[in-house]
Amino acid sequence: MLKIKVTDRIDILPRHSFLSLVFSLAAGLLAISLIFLFSGVNPLYAIAKIFSGSFGSMYGLKETVTKAIPLILIAGGLTLAFRAKFWNIGAESQLLMGAIFGTWVGLNWGPHLPAAIIVPLMFLAGFIGGALWGLIPAILKIKFSINEVISTLMMNYICNEFMTLLIVGPWRGKTKFGFPYTDDLPLSAILSLIPGSRIHYATLLVAVVTVIMLGIAVYKTRFGYEVRVIGENPDAAKYSGIDFFKTTLIIMAISGGAAGLAGIGEVAGIHHYLSYPESISSGYGYTAIIVAWLAKLNPFYVILSAFFFAGILVGGDAIQISLGLPAATVQIFNGTLLVFLIMGDFFLKNQLTFQWRPKRN
Amino acid sequence: MEDIIISVAQRTLIAGTPLLLGTIGEVICERSGILNLGVEGVMAIGAVTAFIVTFVTGNPWFGLLAAIVASAAISFIHAFVSISLQASQVVSGLALTMLGLGISGLVGKPFIGKPLTQKMGTWPIPVLADIPIIGPIFFNHGPFFYMAILLAVAAWFTLEYTRLGIKIRSAGENPRATEAQGINIYRIRYWCVIVGGAFSGLAGAHLSTSYSKSWIEGMTAGRGWIVIALTIFALWNPLRAIIGAFLFGGIFVLQYLLQPLGIPPNFLAMLPYISTLLILFIGALWDSRKLNAPAMLAEPYRRGDR
Amino acid sequence: MLNEGPEAHQRPSLKIKEINGMKKIETLEMFNINKSFQGVKANTDIKLSIGAGEILGLLGENGAGKTTLMNILYGLYQPDSGAIRINGQEISIGSPVDSRRYGIGMVHQHFMLVQNHTVSENIVLGYEMAPLLFPQHKINEKILSFSKRFHFDIDPQKKVWQLSAGEQQRIEIIKALMNGADLLILDEPTSVLTSQETNELFQNLREMQAQGHLIILISHKLDEILEICDRVTVLQKGRIVGEAATKDVDKKTLARMMIGRDIIFRIEKEPMERKNKIITVDSLVVRGDKDLRAVKNVSFEIFRNEIFGIAGVSGNGQRELVEAITGLRRIESGKIIFEGTDITNKSARHIYNTGVAHVPEERIRYGVAPGLYLYDNAILKQHHKKKYSNKLFLAYNKIRQHAQHLLSDFNVLAPSVHVQTKNLSGGNIQKLILGREISENPSLLVASHPTYGLDVGATEYLRNQLLKRRKEGGAVLLVSEDLEEIFELCDRIAIMFQGEFMGILDAYDPRLKDIGLMMAGSLRL
Repeated sequence: MLKIKVTDRIDILPRHSFLSLVFSLAAGLLAISLIFLFSGVNPLYAIAKIFSGSFGSMYGLKETVTKAIPLILIAGGLTLAFRAKFWNIGAESQLLMGAIFGTWVGLNWGPHLPAAIIVPLMFLAGFIGGALWGLIPAILKIKFSINEVISTLMMNYICNEFMTLLIVGPWRGKTKFGFPYTDDLPLSAILSLIPGSRIHYATLLVAVVTVIMLGIAVYKTRFGYEVRVIGENPDAAKYSGIDFFKTTLIIMAISGGAAGLAGIGEVAGIHHYLSYPESISSGYGYTAIIVAWLAKLNPFYVILSAFFFAGILVGGDAIQISLGLPAATVQIFNGTLLVFLIMGDFFLKNQLTFQWRPKRN
Repeated sequence: MEDIIISVAQRTLIAGTPLLLGTIGEVICERSGILNLGVEGVMAIGAVTAFIVTFVTGNPWFGLLAAIVASAAISFIHAFVSISLQASQVVSGLALTMLGLGISGLVGKPFIGKPLTQKMGTWPIPVLADIPIIGPIFFNHGPFFYMAILLAVAAWFTLEYTRLGIKIRSAGENPRATEAQGINIYRIRYWCVIVGGAFSGLAGAHLSTSYSKSWIEGMTAGRGWIVIALTIFALWNPLRAIIGAFLFGGIFVLQYLLQPLGIPPNFLAMLPYISTLLILFIGALWDSRKLNAPAMLAEPYRRGDR
Repeated sequence: MLNEGPEAHQRPSLKIKEINGMKKIETLEMFNINKSFQGVKANTDIKLSIGAGEILGLLGENGAGKTTLMNILYGLYQPDSGAIRINGQEISIGSPVDSRRYGIGMVHQHFMLVQNHTVSENIVLGYEMAPLLFPQHKINEKILSFSKRFHFDIDPQKKVWQLSAGEQQRIEIIKALMNGADLLILDEPTSVLTSQETNELFQNLREMQAQGHLIILISHKLDEILEICDRVTVLQKGRIVGEAATKDVDKKTLARMMIGRDIIFRIEKEPMERKNKIITVDSLVVRGDKDLRAVKNVSFEIFRNEIFGIAGVSGNGQRELVEAITGLRRIESGKIIFEGTDITNKSARHIYNTGVAHVPEERIRYGVAPGLYLYDNAILKQHHKKKYSNKLFLAYNKIRQHAQHLLSDFNVLAPSVHVQTKNLSGGNIQKLILGREISENPSLLVASHPTYGLDVGATEYLRNQLLKRRKEGGAVLLVSEDLEEIFELCDRIAIMFQGEFMGILDAYDPRLKDIGLMMAGSLRL
C-alpha cells in the first residue's frame, strides 16, 4: 500500500517560496470558482468583475488604496505579534479603541485647535487607545498565563458592546436626529483627501512609514532579534536573558497602537463620526490577519499584500452591486485563499516521499 | 407576573439551546487537543443547509440531517489542515469561519424573506408538561432542547466513563503517550473535529428551523464566538456547559427586559465575555490544573515525534 | 474475566493470546535489521536472539542505536530491511498494536503517562481488553492483584503527577504485563530510580524471569548489566561489536567493546594550584517546579584553574542548582557571591555580564533557536553587548565575522554561517554553544551534561576544551551523570542527593570508592 513519509525540507530558497505562493493563489482561485459554480454564479464573470472592479478602473484603484490603508497598519503590527507567536486576534477592537480615543480628542479639543495640532494629537490618542487595549491581553498572558487567543477574542466583543453603549448613550450626537452616532468631528480634525478620491493621505503616509520602520526593526534591531528568538524558541529566549515581560508588552503596545492608528484614520478620514462598531472596523482586524500571513510576516511585503486584499474587498463591493451577491461573499475569498495559503506553506516546509510497501499479513 | 417568569424562563432555555449544542461539540473537539475557532462559520452552514433542505422538502428532519452532514463536511477541512498539515489551528479556524459565513451568505441569498411553512414543532412531554410553572418551562420545547440536554449528558458520560472518552482525553493531554499505546491519534482527532462540527451544525439547524422560521444573513449573530467562550467557562465539562449555556442564554433574553430599569443592554451583553476571562483569571490564581484545560490544546502533533 | 480462579492470575497473558490464537514466546530473533533516519544509519545488520527465562542486556553508549532497535521491535518504527521471528516463525510488526498482540511490551525511558489522569485511566489507555463502560473502575481489581503479586503499593485512583518516578515506572510495567507481555523491553529503567528502587526493580525482574518471561534491558551502565543480565549484546555506532554471557566478562572488557578502546579512567591533567576563589555559594535553598525544595542548604566554593564536578543521578536538584546560579530560577534563601559581588537572584543577563557562562542541559531546547541562522545563534547571549550592537541596531557584519570564527575555532562542521541551526548535528550544535559561551572568556563556565548524546569524537573534543579552560585560568562547574567524565575531568567532586551535598571530595580522595553509596544517599561525608 502507499505510504507517505513527511520530512522537513532542508533548503528552502526564495524561488520555492514564490512558487508556493503562486500555486496557492491559483489553486485558491480554482476552488473559489467551483464554489461560485455550485451556487449558480458564473465564476469567470464574477472573478473578472472583482478584479476589474478593484484594479480595472481609476475609481476602483483609488478605492483599493483607501481600503489598503488600515490593512497596512494593522497587518504591520500583526507581523510583530505573530513573529513572537503572540496570536493577536483582537486587532478589530484595538482599532475601535483607537477610534474611540481619537474621536474623543477630536470632538473635545478639535474646535479650539488648528488642524496642524489636532490631527497629530488625534493620531497620538488613537495609538494610545489601541496600545492600552492591546496591553491588557499581554499582561493577562504574562502574569496569569491566560491564552491570548481567547483573551483578545473576548476583548473584541467586550469592546463592541462598550462602544455601542457609548454611542447610544453618553456620546450620542446632538446633531444626529436621535440616531446612535456621535456628532461630526470639527472641520480641523477631518483629514484631507486626495482630490477625487477617498484616500486620506496623511494616514497612508503614517501607514507606509510605520511598516518600513517595523521592517527595519524586525530585521536590523536588537529588539527585532529578541522578538524573533522569542517566536522561535521561548525557552532559549529565557535562557539568553531576554526579558519576556518587557518585550511582550512592547510588541502588543505597538501592535495595538498600529491598529488604533488605523481606527482613528478611518474615523477622521472617512466616516467623520463614530457609529456602530461594525461599520467603523468592517472586519479589517480579521482580514489583516490574512494580509500578514500572506506577507509571510515580513513587514515590507505587507504593503503588497494589503493592496491585494484591499482589492478583493473593493471587488467584493463591486459584485455585490452588479451581481446582487451578499456582502459575505468576500469572506469566501478570504477564507479559501487562507486555506490554500496554509496548504502551500505546508508543501513549502515539508518534503513528501511516496513509498510502496508490500502489504504484509 | 407568573406568566412573565414562565415566558422569560422558556425563552432563556430556547436561547441557550444552540449555545449548548455548539459547546458540546467544541468541548469534544478541544478535549482531543484541537482548537476550532470556526464554530461561527460552521453554525452558519448548518443553519443555511437546514433551512434550504427544509424549505425544499417540507420536512425539518431532513433539514436537520442535511445540516449535520454539511457541517461535518466543512469541518473536515479544518481537521485536515490542523491535523494532517499541522498548520496553525488559530488561522485555520478563522479561515473556516470566513468560509462558512461567506458560503452560507451566498447560498442563502435566494431564500431571504421566504418563511418556512413547516418548522420544527414543539413536543410537550405528556404529564410532565402539565405541572404548574415547571411544566411549561422545562417540558414544552422543541426536540432540539431535549436533544441538547440528552447529548450533553451523553457526552459527559462518554468522556468520563468510557474507554473512548479516556482515549479522547489522553489524546488532548499527552498525544505522545497515547500514541505509544498504539492508538491512532490522527483518527481520534479527526473524528472529534468532525463530530464537533456536526454539533455546531445542529445548533445552526435549531436557529433556522426552530428558533425562527426564516433565513437572514448573519443569522448566527456571534453565537459561535460565545460557544468558544462557553467551552472555557464550562471548564471543558459538558454538564457545566448546560448551566453555562442557559446562563449566557439568559443574558440574551434579559438584555432588553432590564433596559427599562436603566441597565444598558450592552453592559449585560458584555457579561459572558467578561465572566469567561474571570474564570481563566481565577483559575490562574488558584491552580491551573484544576482548570481542566487539555494540556496539549492547539499544539500540532506529528506522528513519530520523539 | 475478573472472577476466575488463581490460574488466570498467574498467566493472564495466556488468556489474551489464546483469544488471539497465538502462543507465548519461547524464542525471539531479529535478523539483519537495518534502519536509517534521513541518511544517518542508526542500525546496521543487527542480529539478536533471546529465549524464555532470559535477561538480555543491550549495552552501548548514547546514540549507539539501542533504543532505535527496540523501537523497531515494539513497532514504533519499521526497519528498512531485516526480519523478526517468534518461535521460529517470521512475523511483521507494523505498529505497537501488533507487537502487543505478539506479547511484546515496552517500558520507555521517558514514561508515556498522562500526568493529569489517574493510574487507572492510564492503564485503561494501554489495555486492549479494557471494558467499554466504566473501564477505570472495572479494572481496579485487576490492578490491585498485580500490585500485590509484585509487592507494589499502588493506589489506582491517584493522579500520576502525585507519584514518584519508581511508582510511575511500575505503572508502565503493569500496563505491559496486563496486556499479556511475555517479552518485556526496559529502556534505561534505572536512570530515574534511587538505589533502593533499583534493587526492588531487579528483584521484580528476577521474579518475572522465573516465571518464563523474556527481558531485554537497555543500559549504558556496566555495573547493572553485570548484576542482572544473563547475556549481553554490545552495540557501537549502530552495529553489534560483541556478545557474551555476563559471567564470562568483566567491566573492562565490556567497556572496551562499547567504545572500541580502553577507557582511561584518569586523564593525566596538570595539578593546578587552587588560590583564587571565584564563587561562593552559601546555604542555598531553591524551590523546584512542584513547589518542593529542590536544593536544600547547599554550600560550596569554586576556584580558578579548577573543574568542580557535581555527580549524582539526574533529578536530585542539580538542574535547579544550575538554574539558580545562572539566574534562571529564584533563590529562596542563601547567597551567591561571584568575584566579590552578590549575584543572588539577579537577572540571567546581569549574571552573564559579570562573567558566568552556561552550557545548558537540553541543548536544542534551551541553548539555541533552531530555526534561526548560525550567526543569529552565535550571539544568542551576547547580542546586547556593545561590540555587536549599539542601542538599537545589530552590527550584522561583526556578528557574521564572529560566527565564522566560532565555526573554525571550535571545529563546527557547517557549510556556512548562513545555515539554519537545526540542520546541524547534535555534536556540532553543542560545539557551537560551547564556543559561544567560551568565546567571551567567562570566569566561570557552568556546563550541564555537556556531552550527553554526543558521539565519541565530539565528547573528547568537548572534554578537552573544558580542560583548556581550566588551564587558562577559568573555572568550570560541571554537572554530569557520567562518572567516567567526572573522574576524568574534575579536581573536586560534590555528590548531590535529594537536594543536598553528601560530600565534597578531592579527586584523588580514596573515599570516592563509596561514591555509589553517596549518590544513593546512604553515606554522608
